[in-house]
Amino acid sequence: MPQNQRKHPRPGLVLDVDRTSPPILFHHGEGFRMEKLPAGRSRVIYPAEPLPGIPNPNASIRHALENPLGDSPPLSALLKSGMKLTIAFDDISLPLPPMRKPDIRQRIIEAVLDIAAAAGVDDVHLIAALALHRRMTEQELRHAVGDRVYDAFAPSGAIYNHDAEDPDGMIVIGTTPHGEEVQINKRAAESDLIVYVNINLVSMDGGWKSTATGLSGYTALRHHHNPQTMVESKSFMDQENSELHKSNWRQGKVLKESGIQVFQIETTVNNNTFGYEGPLAMLQKREWEWTFKDRMSFLGMQAGLKRMSPASKRKSFQGWHSPYEITSVQAGEVEAVHKMTTENVYKQHLVQVEGQTDILTMGLPYICPYNVNSVMNPILVACLGLGYFFNMYKGKPLVRRGGVVIMTHPTPWEFHPVHHPSYIDFFERVLSETTDPAVMSQKYEKSFAEDDWYRHLYRTSYAYHGVHPFYMWYWCAHALDHLSEIVIVGGNQEAVRRMGFRSATTLQDAFEIASDSVGFSPTITHYHSPPILMADVT
Amino acid sequence: MARKLTKREIQRKTREIYKAVGNAPQRMRSISNIKSAQFPYRAARTPNGVPPVKRKTYLGSEYPTVWARRLPARTVRLLSTELIAKPLMSYIASPQRTGYDRLEGLKKRQAVIFVANHQSHADTPLLLTSIPFQWRNRLIVGAAADYFFKTKFGGSLSALFIGAIPVERNKVSRESSDQIASLIKRGWSFMVFPEGGRSPDGWGQPFRAGAAYLSIKCDAPIVPIHLSGTGKILRKGKVWPKRSSTKVTFGTPIWPGEKENSRTYSKKIEQAVAELADEENNDWWIAKKRKHSGQTPTLQAPDMGSWRKAWSLEAQLEKSAKTKSRWPTI
Repeated sequence: MPQNQRKHPRPGLVLDVDRTSPPILFHHGEGFRMEKLPAGRSRVIYPAEPLPGIPNPNASIRHALENPLGDSPPLSALLKSGMKLTIAFDDISLPLPPMRKPDIRQRIIEAVLDIAAAAGVDDVHLIAALALHRRMTEQELRHAVGDRVYDAFAPSGAIYNHDAEDPDGMIVIGTTPHGEEVQINKRAAESDLIVYVNINLVSMDGGWKSTATGLSGYTALRHHHNPQTMVESKSFMDQENSELHKSNWRQGKVLKESGIQVFQIETTVNNNTFGYEGPLAMLQKREWEWTFKDRMSFLGMQAGLKRMSPASKRKSFQGWHSPYEITSVQAGEVEAVHKMTTENVYKQHLVQVEGQTDILTMGLPYICPYNVNSVMNPILVACLGLGYFFNMYKGKPLVRRGGVVIMTHPTPWEFHPVHHPSYIDFFERVLSETTDPAVMSQKYEKSFAEDDWYRHLYRTSYAYHGVHPFYMWYWCAHALDHLSEIVIVGGNQEAVRRMGFRSATTLQDAFEIASDSVGFSPTITHYHSPPILMADVT
Repeated sequence: MARKLTKREIQRKTREIYKAVGNAPQRMRSISNIKSAQFPYRAARTPNGVPPVKRKTYLGSEYPTVWARRLPARTVRLLSTELIAKPLMSYIASPQRTGYDRLEGLKKRQAVIFVANHQSHADTPLLLTSIPFQWRNRLIVGAAADYFFKTKFGGSLSALFIGAIPVERNKVSRESSDQIASLIKRGWSFMVFPEGGRSPDGWGQPFRAGAAYLSIKCDAPIVPIHLSGTGKILRKGKVWPKRSSTKVTFGTPIWPGEKENSRTYSKKIEQAVAELADEENNDWWIAKKRKHSGQTPTLQAPDMGSWRKAWSLEAQLEKSAKTKSRWPTI
């Protein structure tokens, strides 16, 4: 992208497809498809170009810490000698793909620790706020917080992963007026100050969801991570209309009233997922703007990917670190901070779209929040498409009620045995019996959540919690409730059928399948992502 | 029982079936089909109603030449100068080189600005093969940004084989002069034709002040050079070179004085080249006497009509029996 466009990035675009429109890029796991969409009734939504990053991130972080938002005093005034300080930070699921060094968390944590050192704070703990996600490995922690911080705190055991199943490490603070229990990491609760370091990749992240979810456990999460809440969150990316967020905010209020002091630091990044230059640069360009070099790199990449094994493809894609630039840093009181953060996220992601569509198509990439350095199993494919991409709207869903979603992904019947052990049983035992989130919630959730073996793996290995695959399926609840048909193109037929979806070999076949629900001349919208976009549907 | 087909036979039969059905998968398509294929094999059209993106070309004065000063490119340049340009020039131009003794006073690693009159495309290779190795090894050549760097291909060839660096000749560009100045300060010598282009009629053109400015800015000496005879080889308007004998005369290095003005300094440089021309046309002693009496002929034509300019230039130069046309190409 030329320099002048980086300074003046173009907003998102809705392209009406005509006969001259080129084939459109669809992500397809660790590969890509070029698909021609029907002329005259299709449109493609392109994300906005990356906003310019702040020129001096370290100075901006310092400024944010000393000029907090809301009624919070500056961080230096909150830090005192002899106090207990807990710094919690977002886990491996953010940002996606992981960002190039230095990670934002490293920059912020170093700035916070610098002020803490000046204030004479000795008792500092750093906790990866991963809720029921898998523990981060040493390498992943080092990437997130940097070697300096890790080497300073790891020997004394002061940097560690949150353990939501530690009976001595969790505490229930209280209950919301809606009867939702509020549970939090004991060390954090007993601290004089929690500094939460957040990365807001999408508008769902941040706010009270950081503390009330990230440092919490099953006892509290089950109150909002359930089918009922997810169906009523329209969407969970739009906080004002999200039951998930309302529940989190209620829990946050209880935390606040119990005297727990949180100094929230939130950051936003731009859409520079694949870089302005480099081997993947074409993926964040519009097809007609691909240069000769882009086209040749793409063809070369396609030829190479055809010859690579799935494992080597996965390894090479998972090795990509995005050159994200920081677009804003806010610090201070949770709600005031989050309000501004959300505005900044919307500045990058929102694209105005007029009206709904009959068929929504989406190319699913190789990564979602739960398969970093891991395998994208079928449940995560469903979660990425129907949970994340489908919910990337404000106002109305992109696809009308009773419409069809067509996703492209290889959807292999493959699971990471270390990271996703409970997913294997969920796929074999639960999905073979029911795909209804409400039924599985009542019948199976508790047994998976309280299974000792899954607990053990979660606590000591690098496994997602036993209940996590249920949550992934609940994430799809709104889409499952809204849509009449879901088709996966190019996926493993058995894996797709197990999830209750339809399988198609080509996009044309998928349109044929969809015609049962939406007729022979449906309107089609393609969600051209990543980089991330959020449709503001009017 | 049917015979089991070999792998090759299966492939051939599959191809035949696909051909008959007309629904070949992409890997089966022939090259001609690939040629007729659309995006991404060929660029996509900008859709109707979408403003086309303005591409930055990085041509002209913005052409990046850093790569051409790295060791691999310098090695290629050295080899091409020694193995191609030198034999070629000695065949076409039969150069007679004089005045090297005047450069002896310069230090070994002294960055120098070489300045010469310009009549032909042969001037650059002739100078590149004439400049002593100690400067040629780290030498950049000022080349017209609007001519040599008009296309990527031309720009890269110029940068690779002659070490060209783009110079704006139609507008004042601080960027290119700053870049050249920083290179001179880092020990790179610079060769430039201050006339700004080849002579249109065989007479010289006024020197521009760029070289003088750089000399003052970098406190680098200027070595004046006079080239004669190259006008017959590949003068302006000619496409095919013609053999001719040439002379390359190096002058005494000129250092900028204190508080030197680039305009008067440029005149001084032009005068030095004119003296070399006089020396070459007559002899050293006559040229010296004319210099001191202020009668050195200028490089430029006297103020007169174009035919008289051509006439008097012809009178100055050696008569050639083979000359077919005495009228200049303008």
